[in-house]
Amino acid sequence: MELKEHILELIRRASTDLPPDVEARLKRAYDEAEEGSTEKSVFNVILENVKLARENSTPICQDTGHVIFYVNYPLGMKEWEITEEIKKAVIEATEKNYLRPNAVDPITGKNSGNNIGKNAPYITYHCWDKDYIEFKLMLKGGGSENVGVQYKLPDASLKAGRDLEGVRKVIIDAVTKAQGFGCAPGTVGVGIGGDRGVSYLLSKKTFFRKMDSKNENPVLAEFEDRLEKELNSLGIGPMGFGGKTTVLDVFVDAQHRHPATYYVSVSYMCWAFRRKTMIVKSNGEVEYDD
Amino acid sequence: MTIKINLPVSEEEIRKLKIGDEVLLSGTMVTARDQAHKLMVEKKPDFIRPYLKDSVIYHCGPVVRKNENGEWEFVAAGPTTSSREEPYQADVIKEYQVRGIIGKGGMGEKTLKGLQETGAVYFHAVGGLGTLLAKRVVKVKEVFMLEEFGTPEAFWVIEVKDFPVVVTMDSHGNSLHKKVLEESLKREKELLGL
Ligand code: SF4
Repeated sequence: MELKEHILELIRRASTDLPPDVEARLKRAYDEAEEGSTEKSVFNVILENVKLARENSTPICQDTGHVIFYVNYPLGMKEWEITEEIKKAVIEATEKNYLRPNAVDPITGKNSGNNIGKNAPYITYHCWDKDYIEFKLMLKGGGSENVGVQYKLPDASLKAGRDLEGVRKVIIDAVTKAQGFGCAPGTVGVGIGGDRGVSYLLSKKTFFRKMDSKNENPVLAEFEDRLEKELNSLGIGPMGFGGKTTVLDVFVDAQHRHPATYYVSVSYMCWAFRRKTMIVKSNGEVEYDD
Repeated sequence: MTIKINLPVSEEEIRKLKIGDEVLLSGTMVTARDQAHKLMVEKKPDFIRPYLKDSVIYHCGPVVRKNENGEWEFVAAGPTTSSREEPYQADVIKEYQVRGIIGKGGMGEKTLKGLQETGAVYFHAVGGLGTLLAKRVVKVKEVFMLEEFGTPEAFWVIEVKDFPVVVTMDSHGNSLHKKVLEESLKREKELLGL
């Protein structure tokens, strides 16, 4: 089978089949919600929708998001050839309604109609020492992207300084401002340090982590646990209707910064947390992961 | 407790609803987005009037296909962000005697006032339920301005069955959005020590 077919299947899975770790976390939120509450009903319909989408192979949400690929490839493969396969798969996925046409030229206002455009899909390549190719795909909803925000520390209005305590404050502020607008409960991805651009990239890359996975850095692991509890005490709840679960998880990563700058980027992933991974071996064998 | 409402609905019945009520809607409603709202305010067309009277507007840009019998079918039909219609909504509600708006994210002060004056509510649908909500659309009855506006922006007259929503703005000036915002801001201040 050609690579395009595998990538098409990867897109279909990402759009229609919510990762089991995310589904399990939503199920826990349902269990924790009070009997007879609106919160409970909302998680109930969300879980039913997840099931229906999987069974019918239709998109979990009609906004199938920004299409973001990270590709690790073995020496000898060519990036431009992989790009061609990805583009063909994206066009076909759009025709098959796994993806909605979401690439709009900001100057002319024209929708390309097939999800192809400048940096659409967005692909990051990395050549590695393994002999197989790995695709990581994320579909990032527009509504949730709109509530993402970047802070420059120090921030006087929040009394947030250039340390982890300052980072904590701006994250709490970002989630409070987001309310239910990004289709809460969200997962919060945080990038500390770097320049403005790389800071956002880092915050988004955290979404390839699994729910409830532990941060390798013990300081950040503790920080994430504390924040998850604090954010869930805000009472915003699913869709901003009020409730116990405002966020599903918090993922934080840090990178070195310039001495003069201290950026904190907060990315927000809606409950429709769509990501999948696929490896294709040299003998043609394919494996999927979430 | 879930309340069942059949459309069209009387003003009296709508005025009984309070924020936080869970409702299942059945009957005929109409989708409308930016271009449709602009048209309703600027040109006040009559073709949509009979469908809107005592019924509900749904802020939705659906994915639609034609099935084997040549009938329209909704494939994905989650709510879209309502705040874009804020400049128009109160006037549309009054002009067409609409009893409810379905969308996501809630709306502003002008609409809240409009709901109070005309006797209507804002129903919040759950964002992201593309597949489930499309299944609750049992029939596409009519479509207007499809050529002019395109699929997502056209007026789709649809029949729904047990369409799940939550009242987040009622006809008495109450808004669940305001309440949750105020409470969360209070908690934020505590957490930040401000
Ligand atoms: S933010 Fe809401 S509407 Fe947008 S992709 Fe996510 S679930 Fe769908």
